[in-house]
Amino acid sequence: MRFTKDHEWIALEDGVATTGITAYAAAQLGDIVFVELPAIGRVLEPGDGLAVVESVKAASEVYAPLAARVLEANAVLETHPELINQDPEGGAWIARLRLCDASQIEALMDRTAYDTWLEDR
Amino acid sequence: MRYLPLTPQDRRDMLAAIGVPDVAALFADAPEVVLHAPPMELPPHQGEMEVEREITALAARNQSAGDGPFFCGAGAYRHHVPASVDHIIQRSEFLTSYTPYQPEIAQGTLQVLFEFQSQVATLTGMEVANASMYDGSTACAEAVLMAARITGRSKVIVSGNLHPHYAETIRTLAEPAGLKVRRSASLLDDTRVAAYSVDAESACVVMQNPNVLGQVYDLTETAETVHKAGALLVVVVTEAVSLGLLKSPGEMGADIVAVEGQSLGNGLNFGGPYVGLFATREQYVRQMPGRLCGETVDADGRRGFVLTLSAREQHIRRQKATSNICTSAGLCALAFSIHLSLLGETGLRRLAAINHQKAMRLKSMVEMIPGVTVMTSRFFNEIAVHLPWNADEVVEHLAEQGILAGVPFSRLDPSAGLDNLLLLAATETNTDADIDHMAAAMADILDRKDQAA
Amino acid sequence: MTIQTIARHPRRKAAAPISGRSGCLTQDEPLIFELGGWSKTGVDLAEPAPYASDDLGDLVRTVPIGLPGLSEPETLRHYVRLSQKNHAIDLALYPLGSCTMKHNPRLNETLARLPGFRDLHPLQPMSTVQGALTLMDRLAQWLKVLTGLPSVALSPKAGAQGELCGLLAIRAAHAARGETRTKVLIPVSAHGTNPATAAMAGYEAVEITQTDDGRVDLADLAAKLAPNVAAVMVTNPNTCGLFEKDVLDIARMTHDAGAFFYCDGANFNAIVGKIRPGDLGVDAMHINLHKTFSTPHGGGGPGAGPVVFSAALAPYAPTPWIVYGSDGYRLQERPEVEASAASGRLSAFHGQMGMFVRAYAYLLSHGGDGLRQVAEDAVLSANYIKTRLQDLMTPAFPEARCMHEVLFDDRWLEGTGVTTLDVAKALIDEGFHPMTMYFPLVADGAMLIEPTETEPKIEIDRFCDALRRIAQRARAAGTDPAVLAAFKDAPVAAPLRRLDETQAARRPRLRWNEALAGSPEL
Repeated sequence: MRFTKDHEWIALEDGVATTGITAYAAAQLGDIVFVELPAIGRVLEPGDGLAVVESVKAASEVYAPLAARVLEANAVLETHPELINQDPEGGAWIARLRLCDASQIEALMDRTAYDTWLEDR
Repeated sequence: MRYLPLTPQDRRDMLAAIGVPDVAALFADAPEVVLHAPPMELPPHQGEMEVEREITALAARNQSAGDGPFFCGAGAYRHHVPASVDHIIQRSEFLTSYTPYQPEIAQGTLQVLFEFQSQVATLTGMEVANASMYDGSTACAEAVLMAARITGRSKVIVSGNLHPHYAETIRTLAEPAGLKVRRSASLLDDTRVAAYSVDAESACVVMQNPNVLGQVYDLTETAETVHKAGALLVVVVTEAVSLGLLKSPGEMGADIVAVEGQSLGNGLNFGGPYVGLFATREQYVRQMPGRLCGETVDADGRRGFVLTLSAREQHIRRQKATSNICTSAGLCALAFSIHLSLLGETGLRRLAAINHQKAMRLKSMVEMIPGVTVMTSRFFNEIAVHLPWNADEVVEHLAEQGILAGVPFSRLDPSAGLDNLLLLAATETNTDADIDHMAAAMADILDRKDQAA
Repeated sequence: MTIQTIARHPRRKAAAPISGRSGCLTQDEPLIFELGGWSKTGVDLAEPAPYASDDLGDLVRTVPIGLPGLSEPETLRHYVRLSQKNHAIDLALYPLGSCTMKHNPRLNETLARLPGFRDLHPLQPMSTVQGALTLMDRLAQWLKVLTGLPSVALSPKAGAQGELCGLLAIRAAHAARGETRTKVLIPVSAHGTNPATAAMAGYEAVEITQTDDGRVDLADLAAKLAPNVAAVMVTNPNTCGLFEKDVLDIARMTHDAGAFFYCDGANFNAIVGKIRPGDLGVDAMHINLHKTFSTPHGGGGPGAGPVVFSAALAPYAPTPWIVYGSDGYRLQERPEVEASAASGRLSAFHGQMGMFVRAYAYLLSHGGDGLRQVAEDAVLSANYIKTRLQDLMTPAFPEARCMHEVLFDDRWLEGTGVTTLDVAKALIDEGFHPMTMYFPLVADGAMLIEPTETEPKIEIDRFCDALRRIAQRARAAGTDPAVLAAFKDAPVAAPLRRLDETQAARRPRLRWNEALAGSPEL
């Protein structure tokens, strides 16, 4: 699993990258009330808006960590947005992506680097 | 000065506590040159008596709707508002409270908004309504923007018999949003405009019902045509009381409904403040502008109400908000809701029936005048009549006699070339004697103009 | 998403009355749908006479609407009971920053209700409404003198619509020069309506940073001003309560770049009668009549947001406007000449007349001297509050002189476990409406307090005493879990306790639904 400074995580398995927001981000946002999921087939550059996660008092943009095409969106979040608070880095993944260049994932922070970066902020 | 409680001693004490010699020190951040600009030429303060004198004198120079027979409509209607409404809205707790952002101490406002939303949804036949917009015209314009957001399309088709001011308002909001507004040229039976013009680029079709000429339609087929093209039907209602008699927009297939709520609870007020009712399908709720009030529970499990789905709004979403609207029409929505609670199902239906009946009499009296043609065949409480003479001039003559005989269409749209068209509305506030008197006076004026010609 | 039933806590009996308050003030009030009847009505209307022929046929509704009715006594009781669950300015100091919760003079209510204003139709012949048009023009004159700007559009129905009005005029002005400019520069501390309005006007909102002393960063502004910038939108005093010292430079830089200076007039109360925005280089500014000029907030409106314009922007103001000719006053509803520069109308009629009458009465009552005193007392009161609280609470900009409002952040709460939200709820239990919280975004845990000039000193002291008590308790909360728990539990003396906003957003229930009524889950 790799991490971005925008608090997204991304994990690659069998050519498919799964992404979501980190436990830290979920805690910061508070109770999640709604998730605006991406459309299937959308092609994104890094930094493009992938999804929007809403809490009662805030709406946060989730960005595409790398250039990719959206293969699947996690439909369960439509009816159970609270899953993000419960299992942000597992069952509450937001989208599955086909990366344009899978090797780019190596350049992102690993868990230790992300945790260290968070502490130093 | 009666509104300023601080005494000179208070001011001295406060300055001393702060540690500055005078209040000028507190304005030290302002540029010197600006602080020492020439004094503003304004009169000194006045007591209530003097203020009352000046403003009462100004009020006396207006001919009000109650002074004589009155038949103006065209987007604002004269109805009787029960005395209780004004007393309730002047209670301090309603009048002087703020937007209910602290729900624990704003349950009065919040419950009223929930009831208002429920009444509006019910009246319009839609699934969900918001806590009000400024008025019907801006509600209509925002409905268009919402339809564009939902469909992702940029073409807007506006019926030719939408109130011209509403059409102008749509243009003002749509143009910077990059939407192309196409207004149908036809002023008469316009239900077919959708069939002719709607296509895969259309976000919505905007129809008014009853339309600006008072004509009432069944929009069911229009809705089907619009939906087949993947577009949304926006229905505009400028006379809220009509919803007490006619099939609701929701029943006919509307996707978004924008209503001017002024008729209930709120007087004519020379154009404002009014109240916009905004209702839509539940599936579109996250695209709605304006505030929404929702039901929930408190820490003790008691039912309560809160503003909700706020992530749509400007204070959270900022440039991505569904609208920039913040302050809307709270007290006017309360007045609307109180009036409608007093009326109830039975009262509203009866009120609507009386309005229609008065308009029927109006029509029968006016169509007997030589040279006058009633253009509207099926109507609620407003008709368009074609006069043999310039409508504006006729209205002026009648005004001199103390009769406010409707709104010339040229007032709404001088470029339409319909200078002889007059819009006449009748409500429960018109007596039969009023109607007969106006018809006789109009006949007389027209006859004299014929003679003079 | 679908309407879903709410999983509730099992219903408990209402909490015992607090401080001896009567039980009838704390009872739950049913909805009109639960109280009323379909056949009940509080309005006596004659049965309509049958009419001969009717072409409406199948256009007539056949399905019941579903509206409850109440008799007059039941209606009064319902709404009066509801009103008692509301806090309001008439009850206590209402310290909402940038909202200017000042006293709503009752003379204004009486005058707005004169039949000669209330019972006027917006489209009556001009000859029959000369008094109303005269009042509007006199109000316009006052606004022009107070702002030092030559033109005013009265039609915007609220501040946000005023912002839109201003930006649309700016857009039209650039279009007239053949220029396409796409960006509007807005400080990070701005009210959310600013960027939302910029987006509605077709612009991209670009943030300008703030300096450590709470003002617009001139270097950042300079770096971002470019030929594609249409306007700079600044609030002055800003939302941190500080006067933008460099406002003349901001204006000059903006104009040098060919852009316009839009001023959000929400904080006009700090300078009204003393300083003219026109002298500061402002090109357009909306005025919130429901803030500076005392028209009531009404639980969320109606407001009014007339916009003053500089000579450069005046030709692009929206219709309608008032003109004076040989026949007296007239509403010009459409530009005479096709190519005229005016931007389009913002709504069906010509503005919030009811608010104009109230604001005009306010202006006449205060006069130039009274308005000057308003600004001075407003600024004095806010500075006094800062002095009385700054030893216990942390002002966001301690060195700066605040204007009509003072901004605190949450550094004083560090280590206590108490949040800004908890402080706000504790203030409710002290009998006050909370201050603005979490705005502006530039201060962590922001608390923005604006007393206004209509507060007596005794009330300001009472408010400060309450906050000082809370501050002392918050310190204790850091070491005493019982005290912290009490903070989290507040409010306990309000008609309801903290409400579950998460539930309301996850399972929105936005209307009464008969199918769900009486469900044990409720």
